[in-house]
Amino acid sequence: MKRRSFLKGTVASSMLGVAAGAGLLTPQSVLAAWPKAAFEAKSVDGGMEAALGSSDVIESGDIKIKAPDIAENGAVVPITISTGMSGVESIAIFIEKNPIPLASSYDLGPTTQGFISCRVKMGKTSDLIAVVKSGGKLYSAKKMIKVTIGGCGG
Amino acid sequence: MNISRREFLQMLAVASAAGVTLPGQAASKGNIAPNQMYELPAFGNVSFLHFTDCHAQLMPIWFREPNINIGVGNMKGNPPHLVGKNFLKHYGIAPNTPEAYAFTYLNFVEASRQYGKVGGFAHLATLVKHLRAQRPGSLLLDGGDTWQGSATALWTNGQDMVDATKLLGVDVMTGHWEFTYGAERVNEIIENDLEGHMDFVAQNVIDNQWEEGVFKPYVIKEMNGIPTAIIGQAFPYTPIANPRWMIPEWSFGIREDKMQDTVDAAREAGAQVVVVLSHNGMDVDLKMASRVRGIDAILGGHTHDAVPEPVKVKNAGGTTLVINSGSNGKFLSVLDFDVKNGKVRDFRYRLLPIFSNFIEPDVEMSEFISDVRKPYIKRLNEQLGVADEVLYRRGNFNGTFDQLILDAMLDVQEADIAFSPGFRWGVSVMPGEPITFEHVMTQTAITYPTATLNEVSGEQIKVILEDVADNLFNEDPYYQQGGDMVRVGGLKYSIDPLAKIGKRITDMELNGKPLDARKNYRLAGWASMEKREGTPIWDVVAEYIRAQDTVRIKELNIPKIKGLGDNPGLAEV
Repeated sequence: MKRRSFLKGTVASSMLGVAAGAGLLTPQSVLAAWPKAAFEAKSVDGGMEAALGSSDVIESGDIKIKAPDIAENGAVVPITISTGMSGVESIAIFIEKNPIPLASSYDLGPTTQGFISCRVKMGKTSDLIAVVKSGGKLYSAKKMIKVTIGGCGG
Repeated sequence: MNISRREFLQMLAVASAAGVTLPGQAASKGNIAPNQMYELPAFGNVSFLHFTDCHAQLMPIWFREPNINIGVGNMKGNPPHLVGKNFLKHYGIAPNTPEAYAFTYLNFVEASRQYGKVGGFAHLATLVKHLRAQRPGSLLLDGGDTWQGSATALWTNGQDMVDATKLLGVDVMTGHWEFTYGAERVNEIIENDLEGHMDFVAQNVIDNQWEEGVFKPYVIKEMNGIPTAIIGQAFPYTPIANPRWMIPEWSFGIREDKMQDTVDAAREAGAQVVVVLSHNGMDVDLKMASRVRGIDAILGGHTHDAVPEPVKVKNAGGTTLVINSGSNGKFLSVLDFDVKNGKVRDFRYRLLPIFSNFIEPDVEMSEFISDVRKPYIKRLNEQLGVADEVLYRRGNFNGTFDQLILDAMLDVQEADIAFSPGFRWGVSVMPGEPITFEHVMTQTAITYPTATLNEVSGEQIKVILEDVADNLFNEDPYYQQGGDMVRVGGLKYSIDPLAKIGKRITDMELNGKPLDARKNYRLAGWASMEKREGTPIWDVVAEYIRAQDTVRIKELNIPKIKGLGDNPGLAEV
């Protein structure tokens, strides 16, 4: 099985996400077709257009973001995105205030549940935007994650 | 007649219920607790006693409550963000009473002389025994911040407090500062000391690698035939507010979803009463109570708020009582539930201030405390100097004891600016009372005490102040960390608590000149998040006080508070 078809299939995407986020696999080594423009775009809209073909998103209540309110370590922020939508084609994660907002994008196969879990790096306090592609349309949800200097508690 | 201790206590309880004062007090001191405040007739069939954030204060102490405790957003003017006269008015407490002394800063020095010290484990022990005798089967809950805050706790690696809480009869605890002894020590205490005596619970601590729970999330205890669940909620931001390297493999967080799952699991396991023993801080407790279903009460701590009545919070599952029980051993909560047909029907609640003069100390606990202190007594009692005004810490901005610490840092470390953490623990010292080394340790006894000196740009100083201010004044409690504003020496500034991060701090001035964003300044600090070797802060402070006969606080450096208008959490003194 080729790497690309593995990714396109019923993927254990959470494991892959962890591996990629931890720097074990660079996205380049994972993806056969490296979406260069998407990972160079300096804005959320630019990143969406390059990665997903459009920045026209509909806010959805059916996307759940599980992430800390305040990150314990901005270098590795554990997040989980899940949705009850059917026919999920892809899930992408953007960190609005990162120099390059697109953190990762996952293509899911037709029998895959809309669920990914990974760790992202955040330079500072920012909204995390999850974009789910389903039935050719883009749906999004966001959550603020605070990155703080810390100390002085209690 | 040969009666057992238990029978003796039960007899005392009967005697107390008949209007007699607590064991021994009338005979030896002639002090009778005012308004019969310790006479609480038992109610219902499920009872909890709760204390929290005692910060290892085994001895009776002075403790001044804050005159600044600002609430922002929808927290404005609501408990716990009420101080002084606004507090008394809200709860219908008459001024110049023991209760006014316990709950507010008003008239503090004079009231202290009148009503005496508060807290002390020997006094707490007497009260616990008295209340438990009336409430057979009741549980004693400890909300954490118990193993840290005193010299003896630090020097015994938390052991004195572990032994004291076992002797006191604590059934269940959770934690925060406990974790600053490091993961290994916490595990060692749980395995060697607590096993078979006390449950350490925390649903919101998981290991980084497998995301499995580190501690028991909850325990079910049967009380008078009624299964009761106690769920633990450790301080959610421990690895952020305290050094991460001490607990590198543990992840915390609020974990609201997991809390709901845990409540559901406890109910499914047969619990008819579910309470959360929380170290969230009160604002976080209130938000959590509005969103999680099925909790009868949250017994909370961390923000050191002594709140005389429960806040009844509505949620999709019904109503949750939110209780916060103060700090430094000053208070004991008594929560009685009447449970019938598997449900809580009614409750009674009292937050009892512990007036050391009105309660005879427990003999066994007194002896224990005296033994703990014996090897260290000379060092503890060293008189460093005398202050000409009351020294205290608690409040959103600098207290006088903080100012003393800052003055010491500026002087001893020859710094331009000094930062001292906005901790909420630390006892008060009366004017004219000798400042002992023990007093200094109640303000500084931590496992990462190194005094630091760094070259830091004006821009970075602004970023730090903004960051800490947002942890205190963010209008969403889930983004707050508890703790007060970092204490600042040398630098003057203005703060607008209602502004957003980046816009709160203005008018920064050093020696009458605006702070230069690009210039570097010598910044003294302590309690660094990184490992640092060097002189501990208590030596810096002690050296400074020893060099003077009478310590004078030249100026209490409180920032100019802007844009707030009339706020019931702010009182001029």
